[in-house]
Amino acid sequence: MTVVFLGIGATAALTSANSFDSKKLHISSRRLVSETKSTFFVVRSDGRLNSGSNRRAQILITNAVATKADSSPATKPGHELLLFEALREGLEEEMERDARVCVMGEDVGHYGGSYKVTKDLANKYGDLRVLDTPIAENSFTGMAIGAAMTGLRPIIEGMNMGFLLLAFNQISNNCGMLHYTSGGQFTIPVVIRGPGGVGRQLGAEHSQRLESYFQSIPGIQMVACSTPYNAKGLMKAAIRSENPVILFEHVLLYNLKERIPDEEYVLNLEEAEMVRPGEHITILTYSRMRYHVMQAAKTLVNKGYDPEVIDIRSLKPFDLHTIGNSVKKTHRVLIVEECMRTGGIGASLTAAINENFHDYLDAPVVCLSSQDVPTPYAGTLEEWTVVQPAQIVTAVEQLCH
Amino acid sequence: MAIWLRRSRSLAHYLKAEIGFWKVPNQRSFLNPCFFNPEKSSSTTLTGENYGNPPSFLGNSPTLFGSRRFESIKSGREELDLEDENGGHQNQAMDFPGGRISFTSEMKFISESPRERIPCYRVLDDDGLPIMHSSFVEVSKEAALKMFSNMVTLETMDTILYEAQRQGRISFYLTSIGEEAINIATAAALTPHDVVLPQYREPGVLLWRGFTLQEFSNQCFGNKADYGKGRQMPIHYGSNKHNYFTVSSTIATQIPQAVGAAYSLKMDKKDACVVTYFGDGGTSEGDFHAGLNFAAVMEAPVVYICRNNGWAISTPVSQQFRSDGVVVKGKAYGIRSIRVDGNDALAVYSATLAAREMAITEQKPILIEMLTYRVGHHSTSDDSTKYRPVDEIEHWKTARNPISRFRKWVDKNGWWSDKDESELRANVRKQLLQAIQVAEKAEKPPISNLFTDVYESLPSNLCEQEELLRESIKRHPQDYPSDVPV
Repeated sequence: MTVVFLGIGATAALTSANSFDSKKLHISSRRLVSETKSTFFVVRSDGRLNSGSNRRAQILITNAVATKADSSPATKPGHELLLFEALREGLEEEMERDARVCVMGEDVGHYGGSYKVTKDLANKYGDLRVLDTPIAENSFTGMAIGAAMTGLRPIIEGMNMGFLLLAFNQISNNCGMLHYTSGGQFTIPVVIRGPGGVGRQLGAEHSQRLESYFQSIPGIQMVACSTPYNAKGLMKAAIRSENPVILFEHVLLYNLKERIPDEEYVLNLEEAEMVRPGEHITILTYSRMRYHVMQAAKTLVNKGYDPEVIDIRSLKPFDLHTIGNSVKKTHRVLIVEECMRTGGIGASLTAAINENFHDYLDAPVVCLSSQDVPTPYAGTLEEWTVVQPAQIVTAVEQLCH
Repeated sequence: MAIWLRRSRSLAHYLKAEIGFWKVPNQRSFLNPCFFNPEKSSSTTLTGENYGNPPSFLGNSPTLFGSRRFESIKSGREELDLEDENGGHQNQAMDFPGGRISFTSEMKFISESPRERIPCYRVLDDDGLPIMHSSFVEVSKEAALKMFSNMVTLETMDTILYEAQRQGRISFYLTSIGEEAINIATAAALTPHDVVLPQYREPGVLLWRGFTLQEFSNQCFGNKADYGKGRQMPIHYGSNKHNYFTVSSTIATQIPQAVGAAYSLKMDKKDACVVTYFGDGGTSEGDFHAGLNFAAVMEAPVVYICRNNGWAISTPVSQQFRSDGVVVKGKAYGIRSIRVDGNDALAVYSATLAAREMAITEQKPILIEMLTYRVGHHSTSDDSTKYRPVDEIEHWKTARNPISRFRKWVDKNGWWSDKDESELRANVRKQLLQAIQVAEKAEKPPISNLFTDVYESLPSNLCEQEELLRESIKRHPQDYPSDVPV
């Protein structure tokens, strides 16, 4: 039995039929089991750790993304792989399926990509379909747009999302606009992808969260993957979409391992993912922060709370249907994001929730984000610009009582 | 249209001027690109890299993509006794990343400005007489008259629509006065399959391809027959079926896009090329440099046409760049280039035809710098008399007018007369005025078009926003324009 879930338009995403489907879909998307360490700690108001536990608590934070696949017996269906391999699988399947799909970017060819997402593809499909470009982001993005207008389906890889700031002109003025200004005569089915977010001491320039800057551009769609399962599904959906899609990957999530189905599947670009159903509070998050939230969720469960965790996945447009249903159930919302406080995805999401679900809220929407500072290089400082599980626990406690 | 080739010995000599001459096994046709090959010394190319196989120009050219992958840089010296043309003893050459380089013990800086500027290819003199020993592709009467009447139509269209803007009937306009030869003659050299990415001063290309005066007017008035559905400002034409990409206001963004379009043609192995236009000002944008570089590296069949009209709004070329114009930049990127008199329709036609042939058979980009003058203002938002002398404008409008120059040549062939001229002008004028009337009276696109085509299908947030707008309109009907259907 093949599970084929085709990506459909946003309007369809809001029908109730879809939410049923999403539940069905998520049977196979397990919550990742992280190594449990039974310590927890309280963050005091002055920010100092008042940890009664041992130093291992520190390690707990930095390893928040370390996960192991389910250690169940081999009778489980599907195959295990890492997130970057899942991206590659999705990409390869689409290139096989449609000869118009091509990849361009820096070092994507024989080098296989800086994060190995395009490894071996150049050998298989040739230098023309997996194209190495000179270092000019605005230009190869422009090139992809021109190719798309002439009938190809290019995928642009930014070596790091931050470099795509150089491509902003092409993305905003041409990619997002040309379908509209040409009166629908030309379509731009490009996929722009790359790793972003705060990594491990990569420095400020390589720790950009571009979703904040791009979210206003009309005409594009934005999605963020967080697990191998949704990475492959979103990659395939993005390639098949006629709209320009920006797929945000995270530098620290490439080595996540998960078991994904053998059968082909494509996810819905406009849909959010229910990670953990609950009753007390809705926690909205995406990308790496999902893992911090799940970490905090363990603590919260131990403390007797029942958080509902939703990975919003679709950054533009927001899946207000799933989010709305959740808010109507729990009446409290906490947003956990990696963007800066000012003008980030959280800021827009807060506005959207307040506008649409004001009557259902028992408390103001709380948004935990990074501070409005360039990401410092020093490891300890970097850790504290990113929202940590402890802060999430505190915020939930404050919201819920 | 019948084209026959002028086989002239003088051709070879004429073209030898700046470029070296490659020994040709057989001269198949005038358009054999080996006439235009750049200088080569022994078996190394301009970049010093040894490709192994010279470009094949007698049929399908192999892409050189795979040939250079992971070739180790052969280090170690070879004892070569090379007598360098620059004089000086050098009997050693060394491998560096990028190829073999021979040494010189003379410290010599390459001059920033040449003693002589690159000469400009032209066929007709100011009186419309073909210059002695000039080489060009002959044009039949039919073709010449088609070119001529299109140039006149373009000029008339520009004049009348400019006036329409001045009268407040359209909001904006931008003329191509003075550049009619570039517009029409380049278009005449292309086939309908060649993809065109314009900047904004090339409506003549669309005109040549069959865009009607009514279609032009519809776009300018933004009515419901406009292919752009009224979303863009005037002169931002675009037509899928004419292979003319929609004009995007941003300067030079079409240059890398052209590489992408060419890449697509290359993948599909189509017998077509991409042609993209930009002005002298556009060559300062980053996209120009990266785009040309890409085209050369990707071996993309693009013909880059730079309309060097001397002005970028109020910035003269002397303040735009310090190089010898744009043609020398081609060499810097490894691109074959030529400088052409942009007001000479025959020269423009011949050069474009040759460039197109080279681009397709050799799968490489070509750069053509067309020298001309922007007679009109930059646009209706500009008054160029503020920054340049009126008599300069007049001079180029009259004495150096490309249409009258071509007219003289056509007249001398006995193909045209004053009576034909006045008939044509009157006809075009009448047709255009009619088209404008129809366009002006036509309905505007309905309000739903504000929200469609942003995405492939209408998303929920836009649905919502449309609802809100419609509610607003219902509440304040007196503030809503009467010619926009709800």
